[in-house]
Amino acid sequence: MADARAEILERLRAGGGGEAVPLPDTAVLARRTWAPAERMARLRRGMEAVHTEFLEAAPGQWPGVVLGFCRDEGFANLLYGPRCAAGQALAAAWTPRDPELIPYQDPVESFKATLFDGVAAGFTTALAGVAETGGLLLEPGPEEPRLLSLVPPVHIALLLASAIEDTLWSAMRTRGWGKGTARNSLLISGPSKTADIEQTLAYGVHGPKRLVVVLVNNL
Amino acid sequence: MHAETGFRESAAQALGDPQIRANFRRAMDGLMAKRAAQFPDPEDFQAMRHLGTAIRARSLLKLPALLEQLEASCLRNGIQVHWARTCEEGNELILGLLQARGATRLVKGKSMVSEEMGLNHFLEAHGVEALESDLGEYIIQLDQETPSHIIMPAIHKNKTQIARQFSQKIKDAKYTEDVDELTALARKVLRRKFFEADAGLSGVNFAVADTGTLCLVENEGNGRMSTHVPPLHIAVMGLEKVVETLEDVAPLYALLTRSATGQAVSTYLNLIRGPRGPGELDGPREVHLVILDNGRSRIYADPQLRATLRCIRCGACMNHCPVYTRVGGHAFQAVYPGPIGTILTPQMEGVGVRHELLHGSSLCGACAEVCPVEIPIPEIIVRLRREATHRDAASAVEGRGTGRTATEDLAWRLWAAVLSRPRVYRLAAWCATRFRRLIPGGLPLLKAWTLSRAKPVPARRSLQERVREEGLPHG
Amino acid sequence: MQPERVYFYGTCLVDLFYPEAGMAGIRLLRRAGVEVLFPEGQTCCGQPAFNCGYREEARAVARGQVALFPLDIPVVLPSGSCAGMMRNHYPELFHGEPDEARVRAFSGRVFELTQFLVDVLDVRLEDLGEPVKVTWHSSCHALRDLGLEGQPQSLLGQLANVELAPLGRERECCGFGGTFAVRHPEISGSMACDKADDAVATGASRVLSTDGGCLLNVQGALEAKGEALRVQHIAEFLWERTHAR
Repeated sequence: MADARAEILERLRAGGGGEAVPLPDTAVLARRTWAPAERMARLRRGMEAVHTEFLEAAPGQWPGVVLGFCRDEGFANLLYGPRCAAGQALAAAWTPRDPELIPYQDPVESFKATLFDGVAAGFTTALAGVAETGGLLLEPGPEEPRLLSLVPPVHIALLLASAIEDTLWSAMRTRGWGKGTARNSLLISGPSKTADIEQTLAYGVHGPKRLVVVLVNNL
Repeated sequence: MHAETGFRESAAQALGDPQIRANFRRAMDGLMAKRAAQFPDPEDFQAMRHLGTAIRARSLLKLPALLEQLEASCLRNGIQVHWARTCEEGNELILGLLQARGATRLVKGKSMVSEEMGLNHFLEAHGVEALESDLGEYIIQLDQETPSHIIMPAIHKNKTQIARQFSQKIKDAKYTEDVDELTALARKVLRRKFFEADAGLSGVNFAVADTGTLCLVENEGNGRMSTHVPPLHIAVMGLEKVVETLEDVAPLYALLTRSATGQAVSTYLNLIRGPRGPGELDGPREVHLVILDNGRSRIYADPQLRATLRCIRCGACMNHCPVYTRVGGHAFQAVYPGPIGTILTPQMEGVGVRHELLHGSSLCGACAEVCPVEIPIPEIIVRLRREATHRDAASAVEGRGTGRTATEDLAWRLWAAVLSRPRVYRLAAWCATRFRRLIPGGLPLLKAWTLSRAKPVPARRSLQERVREEGLPHG
Repeated sequence: MQPERVYFYGTCLVDLFYPEAGMAGIRLLRRAGVEVLFPEGQTCCGQPAFNCGYREEARAVARGQVALFPLDIPVVLPSGSCAGMMRNHYPELFHGEPDEARVRAFSGRVFELTQFLVDVLDVRLEDLGEPVKVTWHSSCHALRDLGLEGQPQSLLGQLANVELAPLGRERECCGFGGTFAVRHPEISGSMACDKADDAVATGASRVLSTDGGCLLNVQGALEAKGEALRVQHIAEFLWERTHAR
């Protein structure tokens, strides 16, 4: 279809021009800024409004908080990425009589059945948070596969308070979210939802039914 | 998709259906209130939309260069890029990709462009199951309907209708009107389908030229399922969807979710920058991007009409349109209903066949007032009305002049003849005021007027006569 | 700086259907100390043809109208829609024509009546009437094309015995839309009926507006429904409330 490409581009080149275009003014984005403590509160408000649950943890204590939560909820198991530092810290805190800790370490082709039907919850880290609207920024990849935060019915995400940025725009600028080599980048604000039936909100449609943020207050 | 009956007939039919009217009115009222709550500060809203407009206008100004840059960036990221001039070409392309890999089970995220292409029917006819996985799209696919709204495809249905449909069409489903239970039913069916799918197809909300990123905005997670579970992901986009940098996406995304559903943020913003990479355990083995023209390059060639292509498909114009709210989406008999469809459809299908649609607007301007990228929809409607009845040489619009009728032509010539001659007008005004109650209600225009309104009766004396009696200076 | 003289442009709908409103507008201006000139030969601003894409016909009519107002003084209209047409769309209609500059200068002098009374003359009104409840319907063109927001309300707000009850859907079109009303009478009529119901629900005894088209439309719907509620042009209402009989 090389001719389609050439023809389309040719038409566009022939048809262009003829208008003055306003310059984008990003001042309206730059002025959305808050102090670190307020960022944390805003993120939480925004995410709780869409049914996200929060667990608080002191620095270094979070693996115990995750473990306690899994026990309390009676999860049979927890899926995690064994190759990242957080995954290793989690594994180090685990004991054999706890819910089973399943490493996501095989290609999805051989792991699909377990992933879809045998996992109670998935654990991932978050690269950053967005204060303005509430939301986590993830960058799945070799260490934490893409489906880890999508297929299990519960998604547990680890977020450091110091990583909460003002806006999505500022997170792109300061943390480079979406600009690096990651082949998938995600913003997640809550459990999956729909309003397709009579505008009535229903949670847990195709993605996770619950999103639990383990917020580490390291400010 | 071509209109089989006129817009006036289909609109009248919808107006006569209290269920449709109630469903839309309730839904639109809710959406308008939610959107308003997201833009509490008018100045902030104006600043945001000026930014959105500037970004989209600049993207369009550089469109051919940005598309080439997008292609190069995608290729670098391992995303294969294809170009389609027409819907037929796009359909063949997609079928070819599926057949070459023996894929017969396709799950779809949400894509209005695929609706434009009539892709589902085309694939079904060639032995590929194309299953919609967005809940609203799934609901209407069960009934073999088309979307009545670009964001909320099943907005015309109420839960009783959906409950009946699920109990009849989903295996082992019990009748329930509980929205959570209905959602759980769909989840169960579709999880199997995601699991088994050979391929996934999605639309694209924004395609970033400099990074080669495809951005998908959604709430349900079906978009992520369709694009990350199956081994093959095909994304389709209209060629206008490209933006220059990733940072451009941030304000457009904020405008999109707020304008569309009154959400400050969607559940997911999914940036796809390539198939499964080295060391990755999941994600598709292949990602393909199909860039569709289908008349867009023709729209692009006209500086005034080009604004149509700024659209980010938020649906706010529909939600605020008094006509759409009353007749619903299906009455428009087009893929894109409501105000944006009123200007897009005639430009894609030819302005003559859609003449009536162009007149189905009171030009109230509610759409332009809320449009996050400031598309002057009423001005474009007026422009296209002219195109439909005139053959201006400078224009590239299809079918121009084909909506011209001798009757209308004569009417406007008479109108101008009377109103550009003050003496003739004065005589007409004299007759109208003297025979005020004798004007026959059966006159064509009056007959239409009095379908639901009392006949207007001119005053006993015109203002001009009164002024002459008063002896005001003429200047 | 208050102008000494203004032109008054009656508009076709006011001329034929609401002459009282035109007279009231003229009286309000004169009472504020402004001399009012009313050129002969007024017909229509050309908007119907313009909105249907018949630009040549619209231009022929508009050109004749512009010629009636040669002096560099304001042109005041008792209509938001026609004022919007003359102010915002004439320059576009005459783009590239030999008289473009003259038309642009004319457009810059055009005002809707309430806009002129508030923004330019800053009139003070004293209410002499009995307590009454009214509702206000802004035409879409007054609101969105002309940006008329607040002036009518501020004039009504000066009237001590007038209670303004807002419509439930204040910003929604009444369905007139010029030729739309007769080209798509089913949709237009349903919008008009909804607006009439909305007005009745306010409990007001008058629906006020500054646009002849909306007045005809809403009045037609109210009459067809057999409602006693009546519409009135705001100029006529203001005059009625504030002049000593």
